[in-house]
Amino acid sequence: MTERYACRYAALVSMSSSLATSGLADVASSEASLRRFLHGLPGIDAVGLQARAAGLGTRSIKTTAKAYAIDLAISMIDLTTLEGADTPGKVRSLCQKARNPDPGNPDVPHTAAVCVYPDMVPIAKEALGGAPINVAAVATAFPSGRAGLPVKLADTAEAVAAGADEVDMVIDRGAFLSGRYLEIYELIAEIKKACERPDGTAAHLKVIFETGELVTYDNIRRASWLAMLAGADFIKTSTGKVAVNATPANTLVLMEAVRDFRNATGVQVGVKPAGGIRTTKDAMKYLVMVNEILGDDWLSPDWFRFGASSLLNDLLMQRQKLASGRYSGPDYVTVD
Amino acid sequence: MALFDYAPAPESRAAAGDIASTYGHFIDGEFVESTGSEALKTVDPSTEEVLAEFAQGTEADVDRAVAAARKAFTSWSALPGAERGKYLFRIARIIQERSRELAVLESIDNGKPIKETRDVDLPLVAAHFFYYAGWADKLEFAGYGSNPRPVGVAAQVIPWNFPLLMLAWKIAPALATGNTVVLKPAETTPLTALRFAEICRQAGLPKGVVNIITGDGRTGAALTAHPDVDKVAFTGSTEVGRAIARTLAGTRTKLSLELGGKAANIVFDDAPIDQAVEGIVDGIFFNQGHVCCAGSRLLVQESVHDDVMDALKRRMSTLRVGDPLDKNTDIGAINSAAQLARIQELTAAGEAEGAERWSPACELPSTGYWFAPTVFSNVSATHRIAREEIFGPVLSVLTFRTPEEAVAKANNTPYGLSAGIWTEKGSRILWMASKLRAGVVWSNTFNKFDPTSPFGGYKESGYGREGGRHGLEAYLDV
Repeated sequence: MTERYACRYAALVSMSSSLATSGLADVASSEASLRRFLHGLPGIDAVGLQARAAGLGTRSIKTTAKAYAIDLAISMIDLTTLEGADTPGKVRSLCQKARNPDPGNPDVPHTAAVCVYPDMVPIAKEALGGAPINVAAVATAFPSGRAGLPVKLADTAEAVAAGADEVDMVIDRGAFLSGRYLEIYELIAEIKKACERPDGTAAHLKVIFETGELVTYDNIRRASWLAMLAGADFIKTSTGKVAVNATPANTLVLMEAVRDFRNATGVQVGVKPAGGIRTTKDAMKYLVMVNEILGDDWLSPDWFRFGASSLLNDLLMQRQKLASGRYSGPDYVTVD
Repeated sequence: MALFDYAPAPESRAAAGDIASTYGHFIDGEFVESTGSEALKTVDPSTEEVLAEFAQGTEADVDRAVAAARKAFTSWSALPGAERGKYLFRIARIIQERSRELAVLESIDNGKPIKETRDVDLPLVAAHFFYYAGWADKLEFAGYGSNPRPVGVAAQVIPWNFPLLMLAWKIAPALATGNTVVLKPAETTPLTALRFAEICRQAGLPKGVVNIITGDGRTGAALTAHPDVDKVAFTGSTEVGRAIARTLAGTRTKLSLELGGKAANIVFDDAPIDQAVEGIVDGIFFNQGHVCCAGSRLLVQESVHDDVMDALKRRMSTLRVGDPLDKNTDIGAINSAAQLARIQELTAAGEAEGAERWSPACELPSTGYWFAPTVFSNVSATHRIAREEIFGPVLSVLTFRTPEEAVAKANNTPYGLSAGIWTEKGSRILWMASKLRAGVVWSNTFNKFDPTSPFGGYKESGYGREGGRHGLEAYLDV
């Protein structure tokens, strides 16, 4: 989708440079107008999209470029633990890892955030102390999203009250697949409000689509625009809890969407692929996409994140290899 | 400077193997010196460095090569198809095993990026040999009678844009059907054909079945006019194709021609725009635009013209032009000084005739033959850049209003090799494909090749088909 195309829609939406303007109400004023807008977005040819993502995946990132990319990737990680078996001890350990990923190597950057369930937010906040690392909480009946609005709002409010800097919400895929777009729009807008703190600041809102359940790229493009219109600060592919999580192709759809959305509105939205990104090689492919699709403006932890857990250790091993010229092995990075 | 600057990632030049300082011909299974003394040079177009000298084939050389092929024809054509197939399978496997070497050598001699030789040329070359190896013992089921016979000695003249791939397109079907060949590679890109001769020896191919003779157009003319040749296959310019057709008129020699093109790539307002832009880029900037079926005329529906142009320019700004051996290079060097001059002449004409020229900011190397990716907008059908084949990284953009107008404009060319259609409407794809006078019509993709699919032109783009079952016909006496 192109700049002008998006601009034309922007006119339809009568959206000015800020998402907070009342013009938003126009596109979401009725189920019909929202549907017309989302279904009017240009289609995606799946074969061509996948070929483009695969083509960018063949870029060869060596030496200085690799060193830059490894450190950038580390600094973009939302270091994540989202298990039923999570304990305070596990979360504290994760927070230490986020602060100081490679003990004895203080020049390794810290991660962008840790990502936990809401009840673990106080523990994470305490463990991180004053470190400039955000705490992200998954909310809204993560990962399925199958709960009523009051539950989702309470879930979010609890996380924000406990000090969460970022909220990762899930959309209701059932509502999306049955075409109830307005319901999702309103859900996101409500959660966005619930992210506000008494002091007037707000937790950053990441909206998870669960692209593996939306299945088609056309759906993923529509979900991206829907979330951005409703006020998402970040759009995120997956929960990491289903069979298909982030892929280069579905993340490429998100990237095209934030690029076009900024062209249309002036509002920049971040992108977070999550789940299934485990190796440095994978991370490089995503960073190449950020570089060539979005450019410098998105090449920072403020605008691009990796939702990952095991990725960090592979990045650390590759970093050590680059510095020393030899592979050290998994015993030389910490298991958390 | 950009934040994320890719460090050089060069493929090793040494991987190309030894390049001799001088080459002769490959005749009757041996590397032999020319009967003449004239030698030509082949250069690395990215540096203008001389890579090797090679022989300018004389009429006597051509005689020897044709005689060797004639002699080998008797026993080769008598082999059971399964036996011929074994040789072809063996050649295909050796090509796969030596693909890195061949890819690097091709990049050095041609100027095209290693990304393309590695990921496109070489896999397709091997696939062609595998595909036709499979036909060798199944010719009775090809639809040309119960025991279709080979034609005899095939003279094959190929261009410089896909040196090894065009060799594969020519040699694989000829050998599978029981013919023997004399092949002349282009004078700017002889090295991979000569390396292929080594592969023929490595595969134990009987002597004289494949002969490679080098030289310029004079050698090609002597070869295609040789009275003992039964079949001529030529890929190259329409002008030379016409000359060959004139020479062979009234003779018994069979002829197939794959010539120029000025393909329309047609983008409708309901196209998947992001993928269409990729297809436009692939259509005209793949292989520096040195592609006979390149989508060199972009026909875009007027209602989305500005959107498409914005997206195209943004995408072109990310193309990486430079060292062909760097794995991150998207666009390599122009193959020769002569071709560069031709591109410069036509683009100058485009500007003079009033079209609007645009290229992304890009720094070109100081030595070698280079041309920045270029797009012309406000092109009208009367401009030379809308009618003549440029054979370079230059796109001409025209607009249309209705599907009927798109068809009329797309067909308004003496050529008819390929076309592309971009729309999400399936019924329109089928309607367009039936109206377009082009040998290949791609829908929602471009420049996709497969050995199972026939390829060839309408009108002045040539006649005969290469690839697929149809490609067998050119080499069978039917």
